[in-house]
Amino acid sequence: MTHAHDGHEHEHGHDGHGHGGHAHPHPRQPDIEDAPLTWHMALTEAMAELIVQKGLCTPADIHRTLEKIDAASPAAGSRLVARAWLDPDFRARLLQDVNAAAGELGIDAGGIPIRAVADTPDRHNVIVCTLCSCYPRFLLGGSPDWYKSKAYRARVVREPRAVLAEFGLHLPDGMQIEVHDSTAELRYLVVPVRPSGTEGWSEDQLAAIVTRDCLIGTALPVVA
Amino acid sequence: MQRIHDVGGLPAGPVDRSPHDYAPWEKKVDAIMRLMIGANLFTLDEMRRTIEELGPGAYEELSYYQRWIQAAANLALEKGLVTPSELGQAIETAKARHAEAASCP
Repeated sequence: MTHAHDGHEHEHGHDGHGHGGHAHPHPRQPDIEDAPLTWHMALTEAMAELIVQKGLCTPADIHRTLEKIDAASPAAGSRLVARAWLDPDFRARLLQDVNAAAGELGIDAGGIPIRAVADTPDRHNVIVCTLCSCYPRFLLGGSPDWYKSKAYRARVVREPRAVLAEFGLHLPDGMQIEVHDSTAELRYLVVPVRPSGTEGWSEDQLAAIVTRDCLIGTALPVVA
Repeated sequence: MQRIHDVGGLPAGPVDRSPHDYAPWEKKVDAIMRLMIGANLFTLDEMRRTIEELGPGAYEELSYYQRWIQAAANLALEKGLVTPSELGQAIETAKARHAEAASCP
């Protein structure tokens, strides 16, 4: 098998990561052309070029997909939870079939089945993908780096209470924690318990407190 | 046998929660993958297998999207969607285009 990677091109450091902590009053925003082209950036350009050349997709497909990636956010997931808090029938349908329930609200949850896991007063749910990075991105947008990190994937299944505490979520000893390991065929979405103090709130108000981390299970909705 | 990606339950340090804005090239990797999977040219399972085949070194040293684009290229080669010489040429073209753009005043 021919590999595009020869294992000797690691001099480029970590593209797109931190900038060494220099504080500039006006952060410099270099043009894309000013950044050095790393091996992997060149490979990406080459692959994008080739799949168009080979007729596997069009430049418009690439552009549209990039727009979709930029537009994705956890708002869809937040809205599903807010609606479930307000409408018990919808909640039942959401727990039955997330993708169909999302469709009712005009939300495309993607082609891979998503299962809603509902918190109760004595059981908390949290999601992970120990094997890689499966994530309900149609409902939550792109996953945070930590979700893909080895530390989170390795530890949350063994010591969820300690990991959640690192996120600032301190659960009482009596609270059972269920960790759901996502796969390429099934993803999960956490439905937290509606907090007290939200009586009479609108769907928009409720959705605003359901953050991305609430939908992963590493935070709980907070009533300000 | 437990392979490199199978980390569930292993000991590990604290979770680094610093946010990361994706660079344009990383989003492009994502777009390429989505389109290839959407067109049924790649499957998710093939992608993961190809990432695992990059080996422990790549897994430890490369960033997430570096692994993805490496795997996408290997999978495209493996399936004969592109040839090694086409890929090599396209990489040279990309480098030349970048050098030209960077030299513009």
